[in-house]
Amino acid sequence: MIGPEPAAPAPLPGPVLVTGIAGNLGRALAKQLHLETTVIGVDRRPFHDRPKDVEHHQLDLRKARVDDLFRRRRPEALIHLGIAHDPRMPFSEAHSFNVVGTQKILELCVRHGVKKVVVLSSANVYGPLPNNSNFLAEETPLMAADRFSGVRDLIELDMYAQSFVWRHPEVETVILRPCNIVGPTVRNAPSNYLRLARPLTVMGFDPMIQLIHEADVASALLQALRPGSRGVYNVVGPGEVPLSAVMRELGREPVPVPDFLLRPTLRRLFQAGVISFPPEELDHLQYLCVVDGSRAQRELGWAPRFSLRETIRSVLP
Amino acid sequence: MAAPSESLQQKLREWTYELGGPGTRERLEKLTAPRNEFGVDPYGFDVDFATAAVAPFAWLYRKYFRVTLHGIERVPADGRVLLIANHSGQLPFDAAMIEVALLLEMDPPRIARALVERWVPTLPFVSPFFARIGQVVGTPENCRRLLAADEALLVFPEGVRGLNKLFSERYKLRSFSSGFMRLALEANAPIVPIGVVGAEEQAPALVDLKPLARMLGIPALPITPYLLPLPLPVHYHIYFGEPLRFTGSPDADDAELERQAGEVQAAVQGLVNQGLAERPGVFL
Repeated sequence: MIGPEPAAPAPLPGPVLVTGIAGNLGRALAKQLHLETTVIGVDRRPFHDRPKDVEHHQLDLRKARVDDLFRRRRPEALIHLGIAHDPRMPFSEAHSFNVVGTQKILELCVRHGVKKVVVLSSANVYGPLPNNSNFLAEETPLMAADRFSGVRDLIELDMYAQSFVWRHPEVETVILRPCNIVGPTVRNAPSNYLRLARPLTVMGFDPMIQLIHEADVASALLQALRPGSRGVYNVVGPGEVPLSAVMRELGREPVPVPDFLLRPTLRRLFQAGVISFPPEELDHLQYLCVVDGSRAQRELGWAPRFSLRETIRSVLP
Repeated sequence: MAAPSESLQQKLREWTYELGGPGTRERLEKLTAPRNEFGVDPYGFDVDFATAAVAPFAWLYRKYFRVTLHGIERVPADGRVLLIANHSGQLPFDAAMIEVALLLEMDPPRIARALVERWVPTLPFVSPFFARIGQVVGTPENCRRLLAADEALLVFPEGVRGLNKLFSERYKLRSFSSGFMRLALEANAPIVPIGVVGAEEQAPALVDLKPLARMLGIPALPITPYLLPLPLPVHYHIYFGEPLRFTGSPDADDAELERQAGEVQAAVQGLVNQGLAERPGVFL
């Protein structure tokens, strides 16, 4: 006898507005999303290699024309990736773009009756702290700014989205906090770091790290978009692995430098504008920022498709 | 951390098998921690590395401290358990000896996950070494997770207050903090009290230079007659008590939890007193 058919996944909502679509993750998402629903992209950057059926509006989220876009196109859902992580961006501009931009677009969602909102945050909001538990659950306080003020925006954005979840129960809102995103097209700090032939490491430290493939993040965003889920979810790839094992897998030759030499040197180089790597980011090479992703797997019914080895090797050309 | 070369690790593993006596290799091969294609479990514990790294400690266990066990069969063969021991000796060799005992003298062997202080992850080399041999930072969240996964946790409720006691205060247990009791009640885990005798004399501290320790950012700076807190070849006796089971609410008020923690402390003190009465001498 044939058992009951597995329930088909809930259908995606109608037109989906995607902010930050022209970034690498946005493009990976658009590729999956446009097969199932109508995609409307918003980004202040031009969208290269855009799929034909994806429309794109080159707009700043803080501009009034975004309101027109909501009025004309009536999106049913929003995926908000429009967050800039450029450590070289002046602080006030980054804050305005990230935090004010998020507030504006979420207000528009309320005003125009958008039913579903998915906000991309990051597991970096917890921060690599020496006394972290081995696996951080979603309820863990967001303490990253304790050691690195550069993540204040990200935390403020995450907290704003959290308050939005309960202030607007009529909008089904999901916040995703993925671990370090890597992939062939990704150009963020972790991916760039792993592409170095002789990366500097902190002597005597070898933390467990988590990586997730960009296509897996895209599929998690897509899964979170389906009706029926709400709240905060950590999103992790296929497992945890020591940083040194990642280096070995990629054939890197790490150059260990003692913390007391490395940190002040990086600070000076960063302040002089020679490098764009804030010295506080060294914490990621020393301490745990590993999250528990079981809630997303359980409640969103999502799982990564790339294996640990494939995920690590995805930074290779 | 630069991994020691594979051939060195292999030599160390052979040494562990030799020190463990016949059948050690077969017993240790029964350890099947969940591990990924890179040889580690999600906490960073690496069985192969640990089997190699334990060799020098196994040497201390067999040849230097000549550890004698009393009642190791009282440690449950499987399932969640809290191992609660007294802490002493300036440097935590007592923890290492209990772990070696569970590894080499139980069949199948058990990995004791010792809870380390929250500042340990800031120590270069020590931090990854501890992670690879299965130690975790003692946050309540870590403990809950490990107990839920039916692991054995080794806890020293006296903490560094016990470890850095002066020689004049030897074998007088510092009052147990009650955090472990809440975890035991939550997880419904049995508690095995452990009394370690010998470690108090391994590094007799005459004074603790606390202000200097604070300046150096370390928990204590004990001064022994020979200055450094290096261990003398004392004879270790480790006494395992009958598993204790407690019932009650983990949310009970502190006084109730402290009373129950006091019962465990009394059990540990009893084992210590028994060991002191039974041993022929400190070094014998």
